[in-house]
Amino acid sequence: MGRKLLTEHINVEGINTFEVYRKHGGYRSVEKALKTMTPDEVTEEVKKSGLRGRGGAGFPAGMKWGFLAKPEGVPRYLVCNADESEPGTFKDRQLMTKLPHLLIEGMITGSYALGARTSYIYIRGELLYVLRILEKAIAEAYAAGFLGENILGSGYSLDLHVHPGAGAYICGEETALLESLEGKRGNPRNKPPFPAVQGLYARPTVVNNVETIAAVPVIVNEGGDEYAKIGIGKSTGTKLISACGHLNKPGIYEIELGLPVEEFIYSDEYCGGIWKGRELKAVVAGGSSVPILPKELILKTAAGENRLMSYESLSDGGFVTGTMLGSGGFIAMDETTCIVKNTWNFSRFYHHESCGQCSPCREGTGWLEKVLHRLEHGHGSMHDIDLIVSVAKQIEGNTICPLGEAAAWPVAAAVRHFRHEFEWHVTNPKEATAPGAVYRGAAVLA
Amino acid sequence: MAKITFDGIEIEVPDGTTILNAARQIGGGIVPPAMCYYTPLKGTGGKCRACLVKVAAGSAKDPRPMPKLVASCITTVQDGMVVENTISQQVMDVRKGIVEMLLINHPLDCPVCDQAGECDLQDFAFEHGVSTTRYEEERRTFEKIDIGPLIQLHMTRCILCYRCVYTADQLTPERVHGVLGRGDASEIGTYIENIIDNEFSGNVIDVCPVGALTDKTFRFKQRVWFTKPVNAHRACENEKCCGKVTLWYKGKDVLRVTARKDEYGEVKEWICNTCRFDKKETSDWVLEGPAHINRASVIAQNHYELPVVNPQVIADLPESTTRELERNPPLRLGGLNN
Repeated sequence: MGRKLLTEHINVEGINTFEVYRKHGGYRSVEKALKTMTPDEVTEEVKKSGLRGRGGAGFPAGMKWGFLAKPEGVPRYLVCNADESEPGTFKDRQLMTKLPHLLIEGMITGSYALGARTSYIYIRGELLYVLRILEKAIAEAYAAGFLGENILGSGYSLDLHVHPGAGAYICGEETALLESLEGKRGNPRNKPPFPAVQGLYARPTVVNNVETIAAVPVIVNEGGDEYAKIGIGKSTGTKLISACGHLNKPGIYEIELGLPVEEFIYSDEYCGGIWKGRELKAVVAGGSSVPILPKELILKTAAGENRLMSYESLSDGGFVTGTMLGSGGFIAMDETTCIVKNTWNFSRFYHHESCGQCSPCREGTGWLEKVLHRLEHGHGSMHDIDLIVSVAKQIEGNTICPLGEAAAWPVAAAVRHFRHEFEWHVTNPKEATAPGAVYRGAAVLA
Repeated sequence: MAKITFDGIEIEVPDGTTILNAARQIGGGIVPPAMCYYTPLKGTGGKCRACLVKVAAGSAKDPRPMPKLVASCITTVQDGMVVENTISQQVMDVRKGIVEMLLINHPLDCPVCDQAGECDLQDFAFEHGVSTTRYEEERRTFEKIDIGPLIQLHMTRCILCYRCVYTADQLTPERVHGVLGRGDASEIGTYIENIIDNEFSGNVIDVCPVGALTDKTFRFKQRVWFTKPVNAHRACENEKCCGKVTLWYKGKDVLRVTARKDEYGEVKEWICNTCRFDKKETSDWVLEGPAHINRASVIAQNHYELPVVNPQVIADLPESTTRELERNPPLRLGGLNN
């Protein structure tokens, strides 16, 4: 049984209220940080912890904090990215619904470390009910003196606001999020300048994922070194994995990084195996934008080692035989899944969510979707399979923000590992488009 | 000052200069194309990705190459930077891809488009595109909207460079048009079917790199390469208007008036709608001489005939100027029927 750092008390009755949360050791990190530590010491602990951004990119959080420009007399901001919209990812929603005070505690401690006097939680527009939960929790925190002027008599003041988006996936990209928070159209900005130098209202800003910020109280309470002992290598601590798809027990699991993928899928403690006694076919390990891997490659790396749930192990083999931990949206697909249809579905999402600002993504995502639609419905040609790979390559790396890559990677990976299935759709269109038809040939492993 | 190497050519430019502007100082065929960047408009650039270049060495201090191609229009130079444009196969391949992306939903209606001949997309496609398409799907279309009596909007031709949006933001008191919708459904529009009406709105026509925003008063009148551009000026009553324009003649008729563009198609001084739409008589203007047109442009392919000048205008000039003009005539002097 792995340690639960974030979700230990998640099922305690009334944990979403200040009183119960406080009784279970809540807000200790605020007291500890504000009374006994300097802001730099808090940052130092986060650096020592090796905590990596939980939103998808896995960038070391302490290093990101360290990059924050701190000119005199200029306000700085901490912004929490709660615009969780990656298909397959639903961890932040649960964390905020059940443990709103954990996020608020993290925001206070984090803001203190960064010297922010005003902080924001930018929440996905669809999660309006969670926004109400957070607002209620924030009101409680204000009433208890943990927010507002002169917190706990330390002289440090902080205002915390929650702001809802309007339902655009792109606003989860940090600079698009800042634009949207400023009240503009949510288009990603050109970088540089990075938010650490010019972020919200052109002030130095740190944008962190909900789960990253929620890990800060634990790090402050237990110490960065202690936190770093959990996990494996550079993947320290615990990670929330939102498992979905054809699993016996889909749901959100807090795992210690380094857990073998096989154990995660098949052990009764976690997902309990594939439903209906079927075989696993493929896994998208980190939300819809990361490359899909066939069963053989998700359980073992190309070198034959056990694949672990960690940043390094999942990306072992690069994009040829590996994938990414991403945001932890673990989508398992059983043997009856049509990969072509699934790829088309992902493409449709990215087509719909492209902001339309830069040409490769605006035009390319639509193109991919249309060709994949053709292939899925039995109207494609062999040439189309090469075409989507080529279009994906034209998008990848040439866009303003990572949405282009997010659209291109799943397509390229699906063709890489399941080319035979695409070809089967072309050569046997009648069979392939029949209801319930499944290709059962082997995947391409290298 | 920063010293950079661009396509093997060394140049020293002030700190803060963008790679594109450094390349423009070198000039010639190595300058990356720019479809969305527009020097006089703040905030433009980075969107069309046509100007992507490879940074083979980031700076003297940190000579590592940049992992991805960068947009040269918004990336500033660093001392010791090494940039590859035309000498990099990767850049050329990517640019070919960008042309393809820009054209898949473009109607390719150049034969009936007023912009043809002075269209950035046409030039870009001519230089970097291929003659066939791999796109078999139906092209994107939009519902037509009317944005007023002076400007014609053809949304299907738009490449969403956002230049007109920045123009309206920076030149006019209130912007009534903008980008509506998202992804490939984004469109330039007014909410709801408003009319763009202010003294400087006409400048969006000049900044538009394609035929999405064209001059309604010039619509279908003439192919631009059959018209002759002549620089002229007048003392405009509007103090924000520079009064310096290019008149486009066909015979003795002024078919349209535009602001003056430099060799990269950029307007440095804006003109008001009165100058653009209402002053279409030669007598309204003091002519200066043929406008410079890039030799490579199709507009320059035609023989120049010197335009006829209204004698009244000549009479108003100081005598020394008249004498100079007669000795070294950029213009044909004489009566209208001469």
